[in-house]
Amino acid sequence: MSSRIAQIRLVSSHPEVYEPCDDSFALVDALLADRKNLLEHKPTLCMEVGCGSGYVITSLMLMLGEEANGAQFIATDINHHAIRVTQETMEAHRVHAELINTDIASGLENRLAGLVDLLVVNPPYVPTPEDEVGREGIASAWAGGENGRSVIDRILLVALKLLSKRGWLYMVTLTANNPSQICRQMRKKGYDSRIIVQRSTEEESLHIIKFWKDFDIEVDAKDVVPNSNAAPAGVVDSVLSQFQRLSFWRSSDVNSSRSGK
Amino acid sequence: MRMLTHNMLSSNIKGVTNGFPLRIEVEKVVEKQVEINHDFLRNIFPKIDWKAFFDASRVMGYAELPEEAPEPSVLESDLEFLRKFHHALLELHLEEGALVCPETGRKFPVNKGIPNMLLHEDEV
Ligand SMILES: C[S@@+](CC[C@H](N)C(=O)[O-])C[C@H]1O[C@@H](n2cnc3c(N)ncnc32)[C@H](O)[C@@H]1O
Repeated sequence: MSSRIAQIRLVSSHPEVYEPCDDSFALVDALLADRKNLLEHKPTLCMEVGCGSGYVITSLMLMLGEEANGAQFIATDINHHAIRVTQETMEAHRVHAELINTDIASGLENRLAGLVDLLVVNPPYVPTPEDEVGREGIASAWAGGENGRSVIDRILLVALKLLSKRGWLYMVTLTANNPSQICRQMRKKGYDSRIIVQRSTEEESLHIIKFWKDFDIEVDAKDVVPNSNAAPAGVVDSVLSQFQRLSFWRSSDVNSSRSGK
Repeated sequence: MRMLTHNMLSSNIKGVTNGFPLRIEVEKVVEKQVEINHDFLRNIFPKIDWKAFFDASRVMGYAELPEEAPEPSVLESDLEFLRKFHHALLELHLEEGALVCPETGRKFPVNKGIPNMLLHEDEV
């Protein structure tokens, strides 16, 4: 049986709330592609940061379905309209997640530390001037500051705190966010990563990246020798080569520097 | 807002060191039945702060829980306990009311079941 996701006609909306878009669809596709693994993983607490219309969290609950009865879901958004819209979307699909109107996971960070088995995030990732970040209303849905990384970097710090030892994080990034650098940064914290879905359009290229704790890396990071923070060469290669294979941005870098002068 | 969520929330105001548990002010409680799942209850039990949970359920008008946290083995055998734990944790919702910071008295409103944990500029 093919699994269900949220139906667009049942997704509620509001002028101040981000509507499901290519990035939302790519994230849901990534979760669908990994659905078997998720079911085997049997997460206990699942969470979405920045739930917007509720399309992603609702789809996640539907696709895990009865088999994920052992799971509970929490979603946050900084925009109170988004929280209401998510509530309506969930009601229309007869699913329930606990909703909290907050900045990332503020208020949850202490007690929820180390308890989240599955975290999904489609963050505001568009490069903008820094002062556009976190403004009221719809702008906060996409405004990501320098390289689109302002909110992403804050979310990653929170994710490191919230994720359980077996926690998985799925996050949307744009090429401009420098995803390979994000992966290297996460590797220093003991996380391995893989691109689950990659989509390019004329203007942008989206990656849905999955992060999980790799205990070999953690052992490595404990050797206090500063440089041994770098992961075993073979593993780093495998992550970075994934990005290299997505040759468009490497080659476009090369091209532009060649044609540059 | 379920009591599970209440058990996971603390006051996030800058400088507050003892922000847990938030005191509940009840205006309206609703009950929504959900299917019981023993695996979930067993997995989450060790993460629950029992005193906060016990006090919160009392305020919500539910007095069937034991004051002392039971031994985890009870979750294997005592179906009656599992049912009560499930009910208090997942079926009681604070629909309207507030969560009060135990240190500063600042109120975080709960409207239509949703806690608002957003801080004012001078609280971050
Ligand atoms: C790109 S939209 C994604 C919405 C939805 N998850 C989807 O995929 O369609 C980003 C969402 O994050 C929310 N957001 C932005 N900054 C946030 C913050 N600091 N804390 C929580 N949510 C935030 C926005 O309000 C918006 O709903």
